[in-house]
Amino acid sequence: MGKGRVAVLSGNDAIAEGALAAGMRFFAGYPITPASEISHFCADELPKYGGKFIQMEDEIASMAAIIGASMAGGKSMTSTSGPGFSLMQENLGFAIMAEVPCVVVDVMRFGPSQGVATVPAQADVMQARWGTHGDHPSITLAPSTVEEAYHVTVRAFNLAEKYRTPVIILSDATLSQMSEKIKIPDPDSLEILNRKKATVDPQQFKPYQDDGTGVCPFASYGDGYIWYTTGIVHDETGFPATGDPDKLTIQINRLHDKINKNLDDIIQVDEYMTEDAEIIILAYGSVARSAFAAADKARNEGIKVGVVKPITIWPFPEEVIKKVSEKVESILVCEMNHGQLFEKVKETVEGKAKMAFLGQYNGKSIKPDKILAAVKEVSSGVFQ
Amino acid sequence: MVSSNSIVEKYLRTDKLPHIWCPGCGNGIVINSLIRAIDNAGLEQEKTVIISGIGCSGRASGYLKFCAFQPVHGRVLAYATGIKLFKPELHVICIMGDGDCASIGGNHLIHAARRNIGVTAAVLNNSNYGMTGGQYSPTTPEGAKTRTSPYGNIEPPFDICDLAKASGATYVARSHTYKPRILTKYFQKALTHDGFALVEAMCDCPTLYGRLNKKGAGKEMLMNQKDRAVPLEKAKNKSSEELEDKFVVGEFVNKTRPEYTKQYTKMIEKVKLEAD
Repeated sequence: MGKGRVAVLSGNDAIAEGALAAGMRFFAGYPITPASEISHFCADELPKYGGKFIQMEDEIASMAAIIGASMAGGKSMTSTSGPGFSLMQENLGFAIMAEVPCVVVDVMRFGPSQGVATVPAQADVMQARWGTHGDHPSITLAPSTVEEAYHVTVRAFNLAEKYRTPVIILSDATLSQMSEKIKIPDPDSLEILNRKKATVDPQQFKPYQDDGTGVCPFASYGDGYIWYTTGIVHDETGFPATGDPDKLTIQINRLHDKINKNLDDIIQVDEYMTEDAEIIILAYGSVARSAFAAADKARNEGIKVGVVKPITIWPFPEEVIKKVSEKVESILVCEMNHGQLFEKVKETVEGKAKMAFLGQYNGKSIKPDKILAAVKEVSSGVFQ
Repeated sequence: MVSSNSIVEKYLRTDKLPHIWCPGCGNGIVINSLIRAIDNAGLEQEKTVIISGIGCSGRASGYLKFCAFQPVHGRVLAYATGIKLFKPELHVICIMGDGDCASIGGNHLIHAARRNIGVTAAVLNNSNYGMTGGQYSPTTPEGAKTRTSPYGNIEPPFDICDLAKASGATYVARSHTYKPRILTKYFQKALTHDGFALVEAMCDCPTLYGRLNKKGAGKEMLMNQKDRAVPLEKAKNKSSEELEDKFVVGEFVNKTRPEYTKQYTKMIEKVKLEAD
């Protein structure tokens, strides 16, 4: 890594570089298009830093291995695409329940099922929110440029460590395979967060005792603490509390509260020319790139267009969207799916602005001109 | 060697007792053998991680005073791989049932064995899924009745030790709950073995498997184990007909092959040397 430098990287490589800078020292994965280059990078680089790379027997095992490594104190990551992300869901739930920090990268490709391996989509948005069963929160981030992929990954590790939870990065086949110039910062200039470690006397340690922040101190295996945990609903001791309705509620609430009470810290949304905008294009991931270009073109033609780009997809930036909806006429949601985040935006807007949806699910990136055409239709009241 | 009482106090979470296992269940005997082996091997509790799967045997980790956890069904060896590879100085013990190990977790078993990663697998084989009500497992004998094979099991069973051996495990042994001291001996050898070690403990489920197959209560089933167990040396001269309804006991594999995390450490050293 060295000091700060300029490089030309793919989205996949930028994620891997970011992870390494954030302190990732364990990677487990299973080959899959279009995510494989992330594992190639980790296989190349991790041993140089004393870190560990392993290609597991499947994605289920990959997810399990990164949780295990994190419980032993390592910052860990896996990367995959839709089919593998489906396989990871049960273990992802364990990481949420046992509160084990880790980062899961889903480079979205066309689906469902095998779909098309080599072309982009954004159809795992709801899976990132609700893929694993039960009531649970989700932190999901979506970068739209190669440089952002680097910084979002650093942030993903920071949020995972800070809130003791898995963080999902939703990239897509377009971003993963494209190359761009990127400024890689001096690693020393980055803010790197590490999980709060247990400091109490081992005899007094309770693994899920809330210290008032909602996030409990962590004792890595080998650090002198003996403790138990389980994916079964547990109390502050880590042992099952299945017979106690109050304790069940306490745990589920705490899992949600540690995220919901820190939305200002977790939510990141970029706004572009929204100040006087009458029409907002809401887009994320690689589609946001076309949205910015379309907004520029529309402005040149005198249409007051702005862009809202959520980088944090989950928790959903409701407050930002609500505020925007109060001052604009229309919101055009563009995404490479049949309408996933659109439904959430519509629900949040509550009729305060007109809603329009441009969904493209043909394996092609949405081009700026297509968005521009949709903007014009919205502007003239044609698009409904 | 410390006395029974101090072993109980030292290694068991006595506040979590009594355990949930049925009268006559073999799990308690196996855990007894395991903690004695841990004690003999001198493993530090703070440096030992015990992971158990789901099912009756899965409850074991909660009774044990170690770094312990119970993740999802069938994946303990994959969790163990992550822990051991990241921190090779930790001892990692996986407690699995027959379903956990050979059915839902079968893929992880063969690959952990192939890699020869230095973790210990303790498999408690009671020939059925007990916790969920007595369904057939991949080790249920042909013809045996379970809640999902009411007319007799038509699937041939896996031999877990053969599977581990064929996959590359470097220590493989089997005993049963009539021979707890032998189990302790095998566990101890497994815990101090440098590579993937698997010990299969044949144990009984009188409540479900025993009742459905009219095998008697706990005591009868335990006596029956003694009759069914055939030592490896004797088994070599017996035909497959003679071995029907028996199981072979002994040490099937005890060999050395480079251990995975040590290989990884060597690779790191080599890569760093080349980089300098």
